[in-house]
Amino acid sequence: MATTTTKPQAPSRPLRVIVAKAGLDGHDRGAKVIARALRDAGMEVIYTGLFQTPEQIVQTAIQEDADGIGLSILSGAHMTLFPLVVEQLTLQGVGDIVFFGGGTIPNDDAAELKRLGVREIFNPGAPLSNIISFVERECGKRRELEG
Amino acid sequence: MIERASGLGPDATPEYRELIERWEAKAERTPSRADKGSGAVDRTISDVPLKTLYGPQDVAHIDLTHDLGVPGEFPYTRGIHPTMYRSRLWTMRQFAGFGNAKQTNERYHFLLSQGQAGLSVAFDMPTLMGYDSDSPMALGEVGKCGCAIDSIRDMETLFDGIDLGEITTSMTINGPAAIALAQYIVTAENKGIPRAKLGGTLQADILKEYIAQKEWIFPPRPHMRIIIDMMEFCTREMPKWNTISVSGYHIREAGSTAAQELAFTLADGFAYVEGALARGMNVDDFAPRLSFFFNSHSDFFEEIAKFRAARRIYARRMRDRYGAKDPRSWQLRFHTQTAGCSATAQQPENNIVRVAFEAMAAVLGGTQSLHTNSMDEVLALPTEKSVEIALRTQQVLAYETGVTSVVDPLGGSYFVEALTDEIERQALEYFDRIAEFGGMVQAVEAGFPQREIADASYRYQRSIESGDRVIVGVNAFEKPDEVQSPHLLKIGAEIERGQARSVQDVRSSRGAAAVEASLAALKRACRSDANVMPALIDCVHAVATEGEIVDAMVEVFGRYTEQTQF
Repeated sequence: MATTTTKPQAPSRPLRVIVAKAGLDGHDRGAKVIARALRDAGMEVIYTGLFQTPEQIVQTAIQEDADGIGLSILSGAHMTLFPLVVEQLTLQGVGDIVFFGGGTIPNDDAAELKRLGVREIFNPGAPLSNIISFVERECGKRRELEG
Repeated sequence: MIERASGLGPDATPEYRELIERWEAKAERTPSRADKGSGAVDRTISDVPLKTLYGPQDVAHIDLTHDLGVPGEFPYTRGIHPTMYRSRLWTMRQFAGFGNAKQTNERYHFLLSQGQAGLSVAFDMPTLMGYDSDSPMALGEVGKCGCAIDSIRDMETLFDGIDLGEITTSMTINGPAAIALAQYIVTAENKGIPRAKLGGTLQADILKEYIAQKEWIFPPRPHMRIIIDMMEFCTREMPKWNTISVSGYHIREAGSTAAQELAFTLADGFAYVEGALARGMNVDDFAPRLSFFFNSHSDFFEEIAKFRAARRIYARRMRDRYGAKDPRSWQLRFHTQTAGCSATAQQPENNIVRVAFEAMAAVLGGTQSLHTNSMDEVLALPTEKSVEIALRTQQVLAYETGVTSVVDPLGGSYFVEALTDEIERQALEYFDRIAEFGGMVQAVEAGFPQREIADASYRYQRSIESGDRVIVGVNAFEKPDEVQSPHLLKIGAEIERGQARSVQDVRSSRGAAAVEASLAALKRACRSDANVMPALIDCVHAVATEGEIVDAMVEVFGRYTEQTQF
């Protein structure tokens, strides 16, 4: 993955990220590890818990004034649930929230999801450092645009 | 740093003493590796510290008669049968299920024709969570992780052309386990096979759902009551049915250590035993039909030690604490599945090799049955080809490697015996901490095992991040330009639409009054002290769907919500 050479400016308050689980998928090991890793990297992390609908996830992000949403799906329902979150983000007028995800998602599905507006899909085994630097970079950019 | 402990037992001859001292001196002088992955060579994957060499002194405290004994006798450290795989191989039981009942039925016929001895049903997420396929909660999930079963009609299709009086079936379902059992009974009885003849296993381990797998419906206490109802019912009416498969598999997949897997699984098992005893059941009436289900992870010797320790702890508790007199109540029988979480999406062919080692550990640990994962399961449901390789792995293990010829071939190994002891010690420590909560149900309600597992999982991930541990193809020996196989099995949206239509057809083609009456009777049973099984069987006879049955029970028991923590 490409990395920027200039570090984004230190934000006035820590980046705030929602880590979400959707549908009926109970595999929360990855989501919890990511949540901790982002927190340990200095971000404020809100973990939604299990069984959230796309509407609930986007509502949480709006209420928490989040910079990013990371969605984890390991149940095979990714081609249904990721696009529904993208749709909700657009509907609610918060399409600038950095929406990324991960799970058991084959590469061609990941490519399709990125085409639909998911910013990045991380495979099982993706280094935490990659995920952290992605979130810092992309959410940092969003903050800069916000001014 | 080399500890000076190896080989100086009380009986050591001066000659041996000299030898071992010479080894220690050499070992002290020999520099340790410093390459990537060497940071963790002094401990197991679960962070159990390891010496460089083990010797007689490490096992000097082990009592040959009482701690090891012989295979087939208390405390069964060396195996539950006197001659183990000489008399009978483990059951090669591949877990399968996807799409709808018809597709899964075809896969079963294929597996049976390839020499598989028993069936193992994977249900999809909506079925596991008690939702019908046309529920809004089921959106995008139907048929994905397993097979969709909404009503008795689907269960009949699932076992079409299969003799339920001959085959044994394992059903991996927990929240709605009692409903699945009722569906299985009615399917068989509609074909003229009495329930007393049915053999198989229901997972029905609800405690590990709160701990790890998260497929619950009701809160812990009513769920425990339903499980005990089922144990009571099976004890009375289904002598060949294994009521609960107490499962550590998911605990390990959630990121636990080996000792946590062992401790929390056994503690769950003892909670069911205590529940049944409190119901007034006789321990020897139900204990012989409890079984266990463990993970076989990638740390070879640690896994073998875990299986051996499991048998010893269980036998002692069942006899000494719960007063079991029948030797069958002391025997911990278990199924094993290789570790899904050890498989990698990168270079998936490497998973074939991982699975082979993990399967061998399970066999050296004395498993009664085994599922070997397919190489592509980290990406999607396995293809027929990869399932075949996984089954062949077991056949090679059984027929070519020679590991079946000698019982517990690692018994007496200084290292394996010392490690067996250490894992046992760690598990017993956890039992003490669980007792401080007042028991396992209370510990689960307080989130104790959940926290311990999340901590261990994060430590493990950090050790990979730091390079202390190497995962081949992931943080070493990567192939950056790797192209993923296009041959992945995908379940299309037409399955979901078809299944949703089919459950709607079922609802419109049955007698509505009989359904209403059976659901009302079920609610009455739930509110009373009565055993819920007969009422559930009546609901299935009336062709009530799983979602309808669960909704009726939720009216009485409520639905569980987790206190989220990370």
